Amino acid sequence: MDQFIVQILNGLDKGSAYALIALGLTLIFGTLGVVNFAHGALFMLGSFCAVIMSRILSASHEVAVPGETDFLGNPLTRDQPYVYDWFGEAAGATIVDWAVPISILFAIPVMIGVGFIMERGLIKHFYKRPHADQILVTFALAIVLQEVVKYFFGANPIQTPAPDAFAGSLDFGAWLGFEPRTIMYPYWRLVYFLFAGVIIAAVFGFLQFTTFGMVVRAGMADRETVGMLGIDIDKRFTFMFGLAAAVAGLAGVMYAPIVAPNYHMGMDFLVLSFVVVVVGGMGSLPGAVAAGFLLGILESFASMPWMVDRLPGINQIIIYLVAIIILLTRPRGLMGRKGVMED
Amino acid sequence: MLGLKKTDTTLFLVVMGLTLLAPFILNPFPVESGMAQFNAGYPDLMQRFVIFGIFAIGFNILFGLTGYLSFGHAAFLGVGSYAAIWSLKLFALDVVPAIVFAILVAGAFAMLVGFISLRRSGIYFSILTLAFAQMSYALAYSVLTPLTGGETGLQIKNTDTPLLSNVAEGEIGRASFLGLDMGASQELVLGGWAFTFNIGYYIAAVAMLIAFYLSIRIFRSPFGMMLRAVKSNQQRMNYTGLSPKPYTLAAFVISGMYAGLAGGLMVAMDTQVGPERMFWTASGEVVIMTVLGGAGTLLGPVLGAGFIKYFENIISKINKDILHQWFAVLPDGVEDVMVSLVYPFVGKGWHLTLGIMFMLVIIFLPGGLLQGGQKILGLFRRKPKPSEAAEADGTKPAE
Repeated sequence: MDQFIVQILNGLDKGSAYALIALGLTLIFGTLGVVNFAHGALFMLGSFCAVIMSRILSASHEVAVPGETDFLGNPLTRDQPYVYDWFGEAAGATIVDWAVPISILFAIPVMIGVGFIMERGLIKHFYKRPHADQILVTFALAIVLQEVVKYFFGANPIQTPAPDAFAGSLDFGAWLGFEPRTIMYPYWRLVYFLFAGVIIAAVFGFLQFTTFGMVVRAGMADRETVGMLGIDIDKRFTFMFGLAAAVAGLAGVMYAPIVAPNYHMGMDFLVLSFVVVVVGGMGSLPGAVAAGFLLGILESFASMPWMVDRLPGINQIIIYLVAIIILLTRPRGLMGRKGVMED
Repeated sequence: MLGLKKTDTTLFLVVMGLTLLAPFILNPFPVESGMAQFNAGYPDLMQRFVIFGIFAIGFNILFGLTGYLSFGHAAFLGVGSYAAIWSLKLFALDVVPAIVFAILVAGAFAMLVGFISLRRSGIYFSILTLAFAQMSYALAYSVLTPLTGGETGLQIKNTDTPLLSNVAEGEIGRASFLGLDMGASQELVLGGWAFTFNIGYYIAAVAMLIAFYLSIRIFRSPFGMMLRAVKSNQQRMNYTGLSPKPYTLAAFVISGMYAGLAGGLMVAMDTQVGPERMFWTASGEVVIMTVLGGAGTLLGPVLGAGFIKYFENIISKINKDILHQWFAVLPDGVEDVMVSLVYPFVGKGWHLTLGIMFMLVIIFLPGGLLQGGQKILGLFRRKPKPSEAAEADGTKPAE
């Protein structure tokens, strides 16, 4: 039983990342009808926002250490981040420590901006072109983005630690009455899961309870009619693209402490996120979220030693296998709507 | 000639000439000159040109004609490679059975994947093929290690004793064609120029010419017409009482066999395989080649493959010193600025150049570089009179 809970917990954080990326993909697909292969790159850009922010915050200058000299007799210097000067030693240290959560504030405007530029500058011109062209151009854009990041940050992963407050693990088993230390769960993963839940709830709330969201939903259902009612639906869809980019970016920011950001992490997630979207059903937002968590948990169950002993390699292929089976038995995915992408 | 129309015969002969004379054409600069680094006439690179040419020609039969975008074609290349290396290890050191075996196994695998994937179209088809390819990659990497050698891959070892070939005890067998070693080369020195003629290259070149010929025949056949019908309007095809499934499946299997041929040749040239050959970026590469050259055209994929492989090898060799040499004429400050401007795009940054080029081609030239070339030619050509134009339109086969 405790093994069971461990696997569910392990699946949750990966599932959250899948769900967030798939949610953004589905938003873009549902509103603009574009299959965005650059979405993984947006996730990657998000986690580099965390890297940039932590570099900015720890940008430092040399100060002399009073009363100490090095072995040549010169005054000893050490690097001191500027934030120490501005906010004092203790507050400065906290700010540097909390770089990753702080970069959320930085990432939201940046990612919305990137989304706007992408949609207005490139993808706008591809609405009338075949789906294959859209896939190809966004694929090319993903290559370009990832190479640009590689040029500036190098090919090696960059460690971006979580705040010290979240280091260590939560003894989850003790809460549920199991033996202590049987079910350990890192605090940051718990934070990630809760964060993903908040973001998903916010996106759904935005679509469900605001007028803007209502218009967007109407546009997803019947774009032409909404346009005829005198609403500039294109403008709102552009905003949704920015929002989807921000969701992917935030997923990336918070994922940085879990997997050290590297330039190809987006592509690794993209392939799986596409599978998630297809399993959930193209154009269905709840489907994307549900399938994200479902596949994350399935993947972690498949990597249990018990499973791997019986079916070697199952942990590597389970997601693809499930995708193939679902596409063949339920061609629209778990919650796909009729008439979406059926040409 | 050979059942081809006049224009196609010319095209085929031109390609044949270019391929067979490649050691000369690709080595335009003398060995000692500073431009020698742009020479591409060494066997390893020439082999890659033709092998990826075959791969792209095969991919084009599926994507260019039917419009089905497969994102998992590298799986067939990989499966073909594994089949070929096992044939070299166990059956015979001759490359012909290895290649035949590679084609058959890849074809059978394509039949299986195609049968399932082709139940869906559009983006679903792309994802399904991607899923199959990633699955094959993951399996080759982990569980199937006894068959695939896992991460290290497979090579011919000194313990391998093929059934039909005599290998001395403890000696590492080498792939050969009718007793000719694949690595054997003939060097020809003419003045400052050196040209290398490699057995392996010529075998691959002949294979590519056959593949190219077959692709012309497929493009011009009623079968090719059916495939185009699938692309332009599948619904109308259904209404006329034709099922597209057998045609698309046949196209899928044929292009899988082309990929198998390419994989087999790769092993014949360089007797080793690793699972990274099946990774989805490899599938992405063949998509880029085909689209860059011009999907749906005969020559485009070959051009795209050659173009990408050439620049991959040449641009990635350029480093800062070479750039400084080039811009040495400029004043010092300007030189440094130029070098730092160009440097991100060469050497290790070659993929950035490729990505930008790929984007520009898709945005501005949906027909690929070939279309670009035709547009430029069109600028210089005399405009046909209206009556002539109408005539030409009426008689030309729909492209």
